Amino acid sequence: MMSTSRLNLSLRAILAGLALTWAGSTLAAGWSLQSLTQALAQYRGGRAEFTETKTLAMLDKPIESSGELRFAAPDFLQMRTVKPKPQTLTLMGNQLTLDMGGRSRQFDLRDHPDIATLIDGIRATLNGDLTTLQKHYTLTLDGAPAHWTLTLVPRNDKAREHVRDIRIGGHEGVVKTVTVEQADGDVSVMHITPIGTP
Amino acid sequence: MKRRAALPVLLWLAALLASAVLVAQSRYAADMSAFLPQAPTAQERVLADQLRDGLISRLILLGIDGADADTRAALSKDLAARLRANPAFAAVENGQPVSAQRDERLLLQYRYVLTPTTASTFSVAGLHQAIADSIDRLASPMGQNLKNLLPSDPTGAMLKLFQELVPGDGPERAQDIWVAPDMPRALLLVETSSQGTDTDALQAAITTIRADFGDAQRHAGPTARHATLVMSGPGVFAVQSRALIKGAVERVSIIGAALIVGLLLLVYRSPIALVLGLLPVLSGILAGIVAVSLGFGVVQGITLGFGTTLMGEAVDYAIYLFVQSGQPADADRRASLQGFWPTIRLGMLTSVFGFATLLLSGFPGLAQLGLYSIAGLIAAALVTRFVLPQLLPARLSIRDLAPFGERLAQHLPRLRRMRWLLGIAVVLAAGVLFAHRHTLWNTRLSALSPVSPASLALDAQLRRQLGAPDSGDLIAVEGVSADAALAAAEALQPRLQTLVTQGVIAGYNSPTHYLPSAATQRRRLAALPDADTLRAHLEQAVAGLPVKATLFAPFVRDVQAARAQGPLTRAQLAHTSFALALDGMLLRQPDGHWLAMLPLHAKPHTEIDSAQIHAALAGTPAIYINLGQLSNSLYDGYLRTAAWLSLAGLLSIAILLLFTLRSLPRALRVLAPLFGAVIVVGGGLLLAGQQLTLLHLIGLMLIVAVGSNYALFFDQGAQSGGIAPRTLASLLLANLTTVFGFGPLALSGVPVLQAMGMTVGPGVLLALLFSAMLSAPSSPAAAQSPATA
Repeated sequence: MMSTSRLNLSLRAILAGLALTWAGSTLAAGWSLQSLTQALAQYRGGRAEFTETKTLAMLDKPIESSGELRFAAPDFLQMRTVKPKPQTLTLMGNQLTLDMGGRSRQFDLRDHPDIATLIDGIRATLNGDLTTLQKHYTLTLDGAPAHWTLTLVPRNDKAREHVRDIRIGGHEGVVKTVTVEQADGDVSVMHITPIGTP
Repeated sequence: MKRRAALPVLLWLAALLASAVLVAQSRYAADMSAFLPQAPTAQERVLADQLRDGLISRLILLGIDGADADTRAALSKDLAARLRANPAFAAVENGQPVSAQRDERLLLQYRYVLTPTTASTFSVAGLHQAIADSIDRLASPMGQNLKNLLPSDPTGAMLKLFQELVPGDGPERAQDIWVAPDMPRALLLVETSSQGTDTDALQAAITTIRADFGDAQRHAGPTARHATLVMSGPGVFAVQSRALIKGAVERVSIIGAALIVGLLLLVYRSPIALVLGLLPVLSGILAGIVAVSLGFGVVQGITLGFGTTLMGEAVDYAIYLFVQSGQPADADRRASLQGFWPTIRLGMLTSVFGFATLLLSGFPGLAQLGLYSIAGLIAAALVTRFVLPQLLPARLSIRDLAPFGERLAQHLPRLRRMRWLLGIAVVLAAGVLFAHRHTLWNTRLSALSPVSPASLALDAQLRRQLGAPDSGDLIAVEGVSADAALAAAEALQPRLQTLVTQGVIAGYNSPTHYLPSAATQRRRLAALPDADTLRAHLEQAVAGLPVKATLFAPFVRDVQAARAQGPLTRAQLAHTSFALALDGMLLRQPDGHWLAMLPLHAKPHTEIDSAQIHAALAGTPAIYINLGQLSNSLYDGYLRTAAWLSLAGLLSIAILLLFTLRSLPRALRVLAPLFGAVIVVGGGLLLAGQQLTLLHLIGLMLIVAVGSNYALFFDQGAQSGGIAPRTLASLLLANLTTVFGFGPLALSGVPVLQAMGMTVGPGVLLALLFSAMLSAPSSPAAAQSPATA
């Protein structure tokens, strides 16, 4: 009930970032959106540490959080925040679970068409399905294999009222940063360091 | 003489007219209240209130099946919109967030009286800690949602309210509406404005829902044609039961009446005699309904169902009059009336004594049966005695049954010789009863319910899909006013919190979560600082934190607004989803007192340890209730009461007979065949796999009531040198009409009526047979000796 739309949109940004975080193999020759998504799709699971820095207009200085990301193909994604407050966000199939302060809340993503779009996007990314991904986002790829930036701009007007864009930076087939810029100018930057394959 | 004779008839006609008016104005019900005691214990009263006007009794569970998901969603939204516009429905929930915005606004506006607010919350240290925590929450992945709340709610009051008040996940949702997780079905939950006992209003509500669904279907177009609506809930059951009992009573009455009329026509060969013979019956039924209506204000469906059965006994009186008198001439008939009237009167009195004990029952259902029978039988007997003879034509020619009686009488000696068979049957039946003594009675309340297993299964399914509250365990506490009850509930909270911490319960709900008591609200309001103080505290509180105090201007503004607007009242909750929750937990009782109910949540897959709850509540006025257990124990009490009252009834009949007949052997001879029939029928029912219910017990009583007439006529015959052939013929005829009256009940499909039919039908046959077997031989000399045997 707590303004589900707001909730969904911020989840959208998080999950979109997560989906694209996973990559293992080096990029094939012929640098393109197609080859990048294919490279990302080959990754079947793993863990990574993250540090997220949020810069909010209402706060005098940025705030930081850190924890661990986990992924297992085809549809398990988890974000475990350790600092400053333990909290776990788990996406398993269509089920999103939020564990916080001993309480657990579950959401079924199918109930929220907003997020269903996003899930489509995640699945598309994990499956290297560029067509579906492009249905929801305008994609721009800049840079070279050694240092590239993929920018996602939501096509949906309502989504753009909250998230201006998502920028994913990487080196070869490895995602290094996910930057989400809110429509109000607040920015969050997530640095990702893989811990090796499970 | 003519004028004097007309007096009873005129009186009777006047009474009939008045009765007809009263019957037409009577209220008829088929809800649970007949099974609730009049003088309940504290726990029982809570159960009774819950059943009568608790939220549970007012809920209707709806499911839309068939068609496709889009159509079901459209139908659900359209139906809900139509019902919401109707004041007959207090609340309509289908998963649409119609009240979500209002809910959120109300929580925001009253957050400081709804959450524990003390002076320390607004102290420098309290604010510092709260703001630091809020900033930490912003850093989390969900922080984005909380960002907008920070300037107005740095203490996190809203977050606390969301976590506490917003009900869990609720039913599964798709396309904005509730759906069943395991099948294609849209779900709705409706609360009627009327009370659970108002069956008429419930029926109107159900009709409205059906009509609105029909309109929604037409509106939705051709795809909606295949959609169907299913309904359940206590109110739906009450309406269904009433319709079912009504239908069955009508069907059974028509079949029984047709059989009896056919038989009487065949025997009398006189339509006039037939019509006259039915007058006492109809008078009796009218008198019965009027007596119950006047005595109780409302007539229960079960009592009405009993009406047909009364026909079986009341029609006998006229049979005795016509057949036994058998005199075509008026004057001779008068003489014979004097002869057998005392016997009928005694037979009627035994029945009245038997039923009178039911009047003492604290259960309206039983007492109604007693009153109905007494009034009905007395009226039927009086009409037979005083009205019928006046109405008989000067020469009533009916077939003389004397020759038939003669032939019957010839078989009597053979029957008497076979009395050893009776002994064996009684011993065997008693053995069966003894062997089943632990499982004799069906102690489940549902055994009396006419609701079909299919309906119960649908109810369980909808309940599971909706996650409707079972309210199995709850704590109830009373107060002289709503506010006093809320205050009493608040006083319990520390103890309940301890139970949660100890792991005895998973959690609990309380009406005070939605509406704290006035005192608590005043205390919380008093803790709110004025604007200057709060600003000063904030300035100091933000030291060391990455925020400026000016960010919290909206917070200062809201706190001042909260101080100005004062406490939250029930009226302000209207049109929010909290009103429904509060109404379910804060009940006004008939005596004007209020009851706060706090449902307890058990830990998953465990039962709540009642001993620990009782211990935790020791010393408080609160009571702990398990509704399921309570309703079963209530029925146990009901059954036990009925059993004791029946025994008392039998005893009073025995005393009456002993007193009237002034002879122990004669009294025993009258009672022996009746008890024999009761024991054999009881044993037979058990052998047939029936567990006895309350209605079987009433049926056994009826065997004694009706059968006493037979035994008394045999006894009277023995006094005058053998039973007269005409009397014997009339007994058989009366017996057959009783069997025809009760027999169809066994096919009624309504458990309570079936039980009665299966008991009384065979029972009265046996009572006549046993009376004949045990009757004294016809020679006056021999009449003395076997009586002592």
